[in-house]
Amino acid sequence: MGNGTKLGRVRGLGSAKHGGKHWLDQRLTAVGNLLLTTWLVLSLLWLPNFDYETVAAWLAQPSVAVPMILMLANIFWHVRLGLQVLIEDYVHDEGNKFATLTLLNFYVIGAAAFGIFMVAKHAFTGAPA
Amino acid sequence: MAQNPNRPISPHLQIYRWGPHMAVSIFHRATGFVMATAGMLTLLWWLASIAGGPESYAAFQSYVVSAGEEATGIQVAINWFFRLLALGVTYSFFQHMFSGIRHLLMDLGAGYELKTVRTWSIAVYIAALTATALVAMLVAARFMGA
Repeated sequence: MGNGTKLGRVRGLGSAKHGGKHWLDQRLTAVGNLLLTTWLVLSLLWLPNFDYETVAAWLAQPSVAVPMILMLANIFWHVRLGLQVLIEDYVHDEGNKFATLTLLNFYVIGAAAFGIFMVAKHAFTGAPA
Repeated sequence: MAQNPNRPISPHLQIYRWGPHMAVSIFHRATGFVMATAGMLTLLWWLASIAGGPESYAAFQSYVVSAGEEATGIQVAINWFFRLLALGVTYSFFQHMFSGIRHLLMDLGAGYELKTVRTWSIAVYIAALTATALVAMLVAARFMGA
């Protein structure tokens, strides 16, 4: 932490230590989520019914599987940023904070990988389109 | 860096008088947490059930959508648990979405006048509750009729 310029005096402060990129990533993924979840809701409403055949054929299309994979990556990135702030605000003990943030990373990366794998598996091997 | 106990700490929730602007901020966090956990796990369960085939999709539907006419008492209870959870996630989705749009607009530098802050906060609640009610009625009409 410097004591020269104004930027030097604030750099490295705050509970995250590098807030600028985090802040911007949160907004970018928020806009991504807005577009992708709106797509999901409209796309679901467009379906004639929610029978297995209909939904399975819907999800197997590239025009659905690809945005779904993008949505999962984008959502879990946003979840990581959002819950990170929650943890930094409420978990004050450094050791517990480190452990909770590690668990958060395991959760978001694991959950995103699971979801993306399920969509890809279904699109590659699943129902006849 | 260990926390210095002598440093002043900011006053917490119980100090402030509740208002729409304060509530909308707290709800943004809470609803984000609900979706990050319950919402995301349900989404992954749904995707995995589609990938798993007709039986797993039917199992998902029997838990979350409708337990069916031959369901036992405990199955109906579990079904209602997931229905209420889904209602909570749906409300969280719209609350977080409209509140998020408000945040994006404020990031542009708009709407910082006290009256505007209050109006937008109230508008977020009205929009979220209206959208949730519409979806709930749609789902009830489509899946829970007769």
